[in-house]
Amino acid sequence: MADIAYLKEMAKNLRIEIVKMLALAGSGHTGGSLSSADIVTALYFYKMKHDPKNPNWHARDRFVLSKGHAAPVLYAALAMSGYFDKSLLNTLRKIGSPLQGHPCCKSLPGIEVSTGSLGQGLSVANGMALGLRLDGLPSRVYCLLGDGEIQEGQVWEAAMSASHYKLDNLCAIVDHNNLQIDGCCSEVMDISPIDEKFKAFGWNVFNIDGHNMEEIVKALDETERIKGKPTMIVAKTIKGKGVSIFEGKVQYHGIAPTKEELEIALKELGNGKNSV
Amino acid sequence: MGKIQCSCDLMELTELCGKDMATRDAYGITLVELGKKNQNIVVLDADLSCSTKTALFRKNFPERFFNMGVSEQDMIGTAAGLALTGKIPFASTFAIFATGRAWEQIRQTVCYSNANVKIVATHGGITVGEDGATHQALEDVALMRAIPGMTVIVPADAYETGQCIVNISEYYGPVYVRLGRAKVPATMPLEYKFRIGKAYIFNIGKDVNIIANGLMVSEALKAAELLNKEGIDTGVANFSTVKPLDEETLLELAKKSKLIITAEEHSIIGGLGGAVAEFLSENYPVPLRRIGVKDTFGCSGDWKELLKIYGLTAQNIVEVAKEFFKK
Repeated sequence: MADIAYLKEMAKNLRIEIVKMLALAGSGHTGGSLSSADIVTALYFYKMKHDPKNPNWHARDRFVLSKGHAAPVLYAALAMSGYFDKSLLNTLRKIGSPLQGHPCCKSLPGIEVSTGSLGQGLSVANGMALGLRLDGLPSRVYCLLGDGEIQEGQVWEAAMSASHYKLDNLCAIVDHNNLQIDGCCSEVMDISPIDEKFKAFGWNVFNIDGHNMEEIVKALDETERIKGKPTMIVAKTIKGKGVSIFEGKVQYHGIAPTKEELEIALKELGNGKNSV
Repeated sequence: MGKIQCSCDLMELTELCGKDMATRDAYGITLVELGKKNQNIVVLDADLSCSTKTALFRKNFPERFFNMGVSEQDMIGTAAGLALTGKIPFASTFAIFATGRAWEQIRQTVCYSNANVKIVATHGGITVGEDGATHQALEDVALMRAIPGMTVIVPADAYETGQCIVNISEYYGPVYVRLGRAKVPATMPLEYKFRIGKAYIFNIGKDVNIIANGLMVSEALKAAELLNKEGIDTGVANFSTVKPLDEETLLELAKKSKLIITAEEHSIIGGLGGAVAEFLSENYPVPLRRIGVKDTFGCSGDWKELLKIYGLTAQNIVEVAKEFFKK
């Protein structure tokens, strides 16, 4: 049973770490890191089998952050899980830091694959799912995509492959905040209906509220019972979720909070008062 | 081929020695033998398995073969995922699609992650023949060579290909191997042992040394014979590994040469000729001529005719050398 209250608190802590590290770095992607914080929390602190003390444990579940620009949410989850010391978060995007602007698996334990160029992660997740299945392991692979990201053609190549190879040990999640750098996804290049598209590609699809922890947990649980096809969770989210001044604002896609904005953000988020 | 297919063992790659054969055929045969020995070998193809010869592996190990359809980018990403779970994936398609269509996937996902993916592309170069320019990769070595962490190998014949495939399966890291469609003459001697980054010197000339790879090694050997008869002392070396370049051997040859000629079935920009020029100009400048396709697309036609049209022949090497010494 999932401890929903614990997960909600943990998501808040992730958000606090995200805005803090971004403000210190002075650059980075605020909106998409915050919009996916609840999903990533549910994965790292509820669903996934993983061992921070043994990051290369072969039978672990895998997480591929295909939308690599949301690196801060992953770094926060890894630090809070104990993969590395939380103080490392202060080095984000600085010379010599293992916390690169986009995730680099060669420099940081817990990163499964380097990402950042959009559209490539789902193929990698498919390959991992195939490899784990060949080994007869029950391990599962999770892949988080951005909604703007699915404009990349390779995503649809991978959508075909996952279905063709019946990868029921694969679960992809779209962080559907409906905003990309140049504006609304529907205005830049309409991607709707995401659910119907994946259904047509042979996927099992769940539509959920990506900020409702009960719904996230339920969808992740149900996914494990689906056999013979991959699952796509279309998670409706709000870009910048958790901080009113960032919420739904396209300009916060790729900029970090200023000092003043950080103060507002920390106030709203409770500044780790209830630190887990 | 049938006989070799049945009897070729990893310990008996020597059976490929002395065989005139397309390097892609040697690849297909060797993959099957590798598959028998190592359960972690998996193979991916993008709807060209009969041409790349991975179909042989598919027939023997269907559960470890993944046809990705006509989607090279997805194939490379999937190969990376398999590699990151401990498999040793060999991903094959034509050289132009492997390196051109999926270049960024190779850069970002494979090399930046140091994923243990072996990209073995066939139909490199002009000898693709009748299919014409769209299918003739003349820039693939340049594209692969520019990526940090990538190893680039262009074997000369069947024997070297077999050894190379076994060798790279035992090496951890991304590798690009470029193979050909056309049947090529056997060039490498029985005692030859392929090693990544190690050139093979057939002989050293006092006047000219030809640095070649792929099918141009056999042309270089023919050219050397002709030049030696005409009193121009000529040597030949097989630089099958373009990256990492065997700088030590190159320097040794340069010091003994009045002229270095590079010869490759690739654009003169960025391939073996480019790599040699970069190294020598900074370390030991010596007169250099690059033989290859001169910054142009290919065209349709019989592959043997195409080699003549684009100057990828022993005769052209001879002419270039003689022209130099005429001055």
